[in-house]
Amino acid sequence: MDAIPPITAGADTRAPRPPRSLHRFANPGRFLRASGRVLPWLTAAAIAVLAVGLAWALALSPPDWQQGETVRIMYVHVPMAWLAMGGYLGLALASATALVWRHPLADLFARELSPVGAVVTALCLATGSLWGKPMWGTWWVWDARLTSVLVLFFLWLGHAALTRAFDEPDRGARAGAILALIGVVNLPIVKFSVDWWNTLHQPASVTRLGAPAMHVDMLYPLLVCALGFTLAFAAVVLARTRAAVMERRIRALELARARREDGGATP
Amino acid sequence: MTRKRRRLYILLLCALGLGSATALTLTAFQDNLVFFRSPSDIAAQPPPADRAFRLGGLVETGSVERAMGADGRPTARFRVTDGAHTITVAYTGVLPDLFREGQGVVTLGRLGPDGVFRASEVLARHDETYMPPEVADALKRAGHWNPSQGAAPPAAGWNTLDPAAAPRQPAGSRGS
Repeated sequence: MDAIPPITAGADTRAPRPPRSLHRFANPGRFLRASGRVLPWLTAAAIAVLAVGLAWALALSPPDWQQGETVRIMYVHVPMAWLAMGGYLGLALASATALVWRHPLADLFARELSPVGAVVTALCLATGSLWGKPMWGTWWVWDARLTSVLVLFFLWLGHAALTRAFDEPDRGARAGAILALIGVVNLPIVKFSVDWWNTLHQPASVTRLGAPAMHVDMLYPLLVCALGFTLAFAAVVLARTRAAVMERRIRALELARARREDGGATP
Repeated sequence: MTRKRRRLYILLLCALGLGSATALTLTAFQDNLVFFRSPSDIAAQPPPADRAFRLGGLVETGSVERAMGADGRPTARFRVTDGAHTITVAYTGVLPDLFREGQGVVTLGRLGPDGVFRASEVLARHDETYMPPEVADALKRAGHWNPSQGAAPPAAGWNTLDPAAAPRQPAGSRGS
């Protein structure tokens, strides 16, 4: 049995509760049980909040005084931008946890997070481009905000590719974690690019010192949409991580059976 | 020192080194990272002749002259200002929808010897204020704000404003 990777060890037996709270979920059996209970509620909440938020934002909220109906792109673009950055922060935290504390689930979580993060960042870039053409007069410019978000997109893609590029999953996870942590320097650049340098992109409306520069009739639907997309993002990543844990378990069981049959054939 | 703690310190040290390296690089390239230059930048550091660059600022109120060119394409002349300095811009082509007096613009072109900036591209730059048209109308009606004169008043005054209940000034003192 000692050939089985440590992640599956004790999957079926209830291990005594370790002192570190983070490491409680290093036990994949406990993680699967807890996440299996949470996931249906998370999915239902995401669908409900998104339905309310999108109906409010796309149909019921007022148009903007200068952008007219085009402003409705904001209700998708801004949550995607927040998720692209917040998700990357999550990736960095998971990578630090994996590197420092060797938490086995943190590797899997990071690996399953990055394709979702890449999709979200691509949606942010695509909606921004669609919004830029009618408002600014151009699909794309190389200003500091747009360029740094493009770099963020490449970091997501690079992490997703790098973690899958090795035959040994552990080495891929290590390389991906280092890449993710190096990429963290890009986060403050994305956030503050509109304040540090002059850009075509306007400064932040909501996350700024003082009151948001947005009327509540548009701010509240934006926040509901952001909550809905965040719940959906969390549900997708949790479901992917569960699938990855189960996949790894199946692979370990098959390895163990193959080894046992091997051992039975040649005594 | 446990191995976990040592790894944590190595990680923090690397983060510190990488962070300061990035900060120093960005500071060194500060001037190259700007997307456009303001009229004051141009006045302080005139660019070499015939070098294309981006000029950004606000369209000065009352400065826009539109005409129809000989080839049937619309032409526009306007002044771009940042408060301290002003540059006249000549442009042939269709202006973006958001173009208006008091609005931010970014133009790409060359500064001629006569001091006129000949733009080949005009992009509109909008500010970060979002409000329903009724709220904008109420603010304008009450005389708090004229969009051609500059940015909206501080958001605390209007971000919960109900346009139906907004104060109305007597007709004589109404703005544009």
